[in-house]
Amino acid sequence: MNLGNLSVGLSTYLLVGAMLFCLGLYGVFAKRNIIAILMSLELMLNAVNINFVAFNRFLWNQKIDIHYILTGNVAALFVIVVAAAEIAVGLALVITIYRNRQSTNVDEFNWLKW
Amino acid sequence: MGTIVFFIFAILAIAAAWGVVTSRNIVHSAFYLALSFSGVAVLYVLMNADFLAAVQLLVYTGAVSIMVVFAVMLTLRGEVSDSNPENRKWGWGAFISVLLFAVIALVVLTNPDWRILPSAWTSGGSAEDMSLLLLSQFMIPFEAAAVLLTVALAGAVILAKGVKENK
Repeated sequence: MNLGNLSVGLSTYLLVGAMLFCLGLYGVFAKRNIIAILMSLELMLNAVNINFVAFNRFLWNQKIDIHYILTGNVAALFVIVVAAAEIAVGLALVITIYRNRQSTNVDEFNWLKW
Repeated sequence: MGTIVFFIFAILAIAAAWGVVTSRNIVHSAFYLALSFSGVAVLYVLMNADFLAAVQLLVYTGAVSIMVVFAVMLTLRGEVSDSNPENRKWGWGAFISVLLFAVIALVVLTNPDWRILPSAWTSGGSAEDMSLLLLSQFMIPFEAAAVLLTVALAGAVILAKGVKENK
């Protein structure tokens, strides 16, 4: 059984990515807890990764130089690296803010406003 | 076969993402997040990106979700069953998200360039194939990513630990 021999087209993958992206966008807009917002951000980055890999899988042909054939996968890998760095720094910030404010509610984080 | 697997795991990933943004309990949200990442990893396997699927499971399901769970546990206050509320303007967020999805779906479904089925894949997606790219064409970004990870790690430790006043 070769799972790679799929018959689902590019547009289906793009729709899955769009669906995940829009759910993440809704989470960023609608959530109050800052950790929930970070989780939604991760969903959005993941959706972008699906698009990278899907384009890499479907828009290739034999004429491309063999050394560039996995460029989309490499781009997705860099996105994963940046996402990992982002969640580490983000959660450290959340913990610091919580220590000072005893809250994770973004509605209360307004002390940069004058 | 591939089609059935695709639809099972695509629906799983989307349903889990729905759970992330609608669950009232933030601990459930964190676990739904891990489930969604795992579903996406299976989609990577279907697209012949084996190495990326492994990285997805290791970094996202293994590390990111667990770090989110830790942060949740460290900052939980009050009743856990109402720890993840919506704000007052969630209706606007839902409206904009649905609108964006409609636009993207319209573009994707009406563009004939993207209505393509996969051709046979002959050029791997394993760690070996990707390392050839990473250590030749993408050498500089690769090193920059290493520096970025180191800096982010040190920054996270300093932020979370706090800097002691030096007398």
